[in-house]
Amino acid sequence: MSAKITPIIELLQKQFSDIDFAPAPLLEMKDKSAEQWCVHVQPSKLFAVMSFLRSDERCSFEQLSDLAGVDYLNFPKAKDRYGIVYSLLSLSKEHRLWVKVFVNDPNPEVPSVVSIWYGATWMEREVWDMFGVRFSDHPDLRRILTWESFEAHPLRKDYPLTGRGEREDFKVITRDSA
Amino acid sequence: MTTTTTTSPQQTHQAGPAGYAPEEPGGDLWALNFGPQHPATHTTLRHVLELDGEVIRSCTVHIGYLHSGFEKLAEHMNFNQYVVVTDRMNYVSPMANNIAWHHACEKLFGIELTPRCKVIRTIIAELARIQDHLLSVGATGLDLGAFTAFMYPFNARETIYDLCEEICGARFTTSYTRVGGLMQDITPRWPSMVKDYCTEELPKALDDLESLLLRNRIFIERTKGVGQISREEAINWGITGPLARSAGVRRDLRKDEPYLCYAENWDGQGAPAVSFKVPIAAGGDCFTRFQVRIAEMRESINIIMQLVDNIPSGPIDVLPDDKMTMPNKDEVYGSIEGLIHHFEQVMTNRGHTPPVGEVYGANETANGELGFYLVSDGGNMPYRARCRPPSFINYQCFEKLIVGHKISDVVAVLGSLNIIAAELDR
Repeated sequence: MSAKITPIIELLQKQFSDIDFAPAPLLEMKDKSAEQWCVHVQPSKLFAVMSFLRSDERCSFEQLSDLAGVDYLNFPKAKDRYGIVYSLLSLSKEHRLWVKVFVNDPNPEVPSVVSIWYGATWMEREVWDMFGVRFSDHPDLRRILTWESFEAHPLRKDYPLTGRGEREDFKVITRDSA
Repeated sequence: MTTTTTTSPQQTHQAGPAGYAPEEPGGDLWALNFGPQHPATHTTLRHVLELDGEVIRSCTVHIGYLHSGFEKLAEHMNFNQYVVVTDRMNYVSPMANNIAWHHACEKLFGIELTPRCKVIRTIIAELARIQDHLLSVGATGLDLGAFTAFMYPFNARETIYDLCEEICGARFTTSYTRVGGLMQDITPRWPSMVKDYCTEELPKALDDLESLLLRNRIFIERTKGVGQISREEAINWGITGPLARSAGVRRDLRKDEPYLCYAENWDGQGAPAVSFKVPIAAGGDCFTRFQVRIAEMRESINIIMQLVDNIPSGPIDVLPDDKMTMPNKDEVYGSIEGLIHHFEQVMTNRGHTPPVGEVYGANETANGELGFYLVSDGGNMPYRARCRPPSFINYQCFEKLIVGHKISDVVAVLGSLNIIAAELDR
């Protein structure tokens, strides 16, 4: 796996010489082997890098397999707060690459990749809903799992598991007011 | 269902490829709420359809009615506890979720399972696939008016619940896997039960189902050419599983990123991978999805029959010295070491000590790629457990599939997508 992905990381570094991709394995095993690799990109350069990864025929990542938001609030040695992890998959070349973007409060914002992969539409809406990271140029950035007037972002680490918005705090609807 | 007339069409959702965006219609449109409570949506889904007569001009999907926050729960449960929540994700095939969750966990811990465990997991993964497909193909018939065709597969599903009950005591919420092994060993008669099921009951049910639907003119006319998606679009929308394969995408994680007994040399002594074919079709419509699912069930029977006669003996859990698996109850009650080991596992300030890092592990389940992206800070609970739910990602294209069709096609497309709302609403 890593033999497949090394040329792509080299290609990326050649193409975008001004970006420090800092390629790293997602998880280093005890025997120092690693099969899943991750590159880091600044939010401002994300769209250009993603377009290149999608369209260049040596990379040809045709599918955005997954998009995960992570709140690194209490994570050991973490410098930035929100991480957006793009999991890219090439069906023709059969390789995967993970791309990470870090953003911070007060205005976490990442360019949307919906125009590259339509599949990102709901995934980005979900990250906005759950983490409050905005995706600029998203065609329809509404909340998806919670309701529009909901204010919090529940998967943030400072949102408690229980307590806020409990059932007893809800407005009681009587027969007359309904 | 409630209907209202609108003189000016609402601002509609126009994400996605150009070409499916609704044209500016002339005249009045009807706004129709399809769901959240409707017998043909099976679970709680809401579509706001804008109708020009019977033709759907635009569709907006509202989801989240069954939002249970299972990713938040994962951050407060350890790696064994969370398996209970995975049962409730895709409750049509809970075993497959159990296996997918612990597949990701074991990738994080770097555990290689025992051959016996791999074989049992492969068999139940295939049983779960059959379980899911049986409901999907049956319910497609049901929604299109073929009630009889629903009964044959549903009857056959019942035996799979019996098989689950035999090995783990629960029919529905199985929670059968554990980190590095299984909850308990199979019973001696289980392999023969599985074999009887796969040689007699299930093939007969599939034959009955096929004879009722595959040449049924009403069924064919209501599904052929309905909800069509092309190969390129399917890939770009992130669609996986039988939906993608029925549109011509050659992708099956069992072949492309093999795990369990789908990989070569799974027992460490050169055992060959199980041999099976991956059914692929080019149509990309509801009827092809139905055909692909039937073909996949026949392949699953084939896989099970290769394994069920030769389940290797030996332990089901990895070595207890690793402190990865729970000790036997005999040891817990009969020896001080076993008791200490048990407490080390269950106490809230002890438990597993994973390496710091992130890992993505995915399995091919009945609906597609079910993956877990685990972030570990070294604690005994995952720091973040992102689930890649196939229903959620497959369902995005629904708006694209349905625009331009008639309102009665909504149920055909919904049935063929096999949306499980508990997984969809996360």
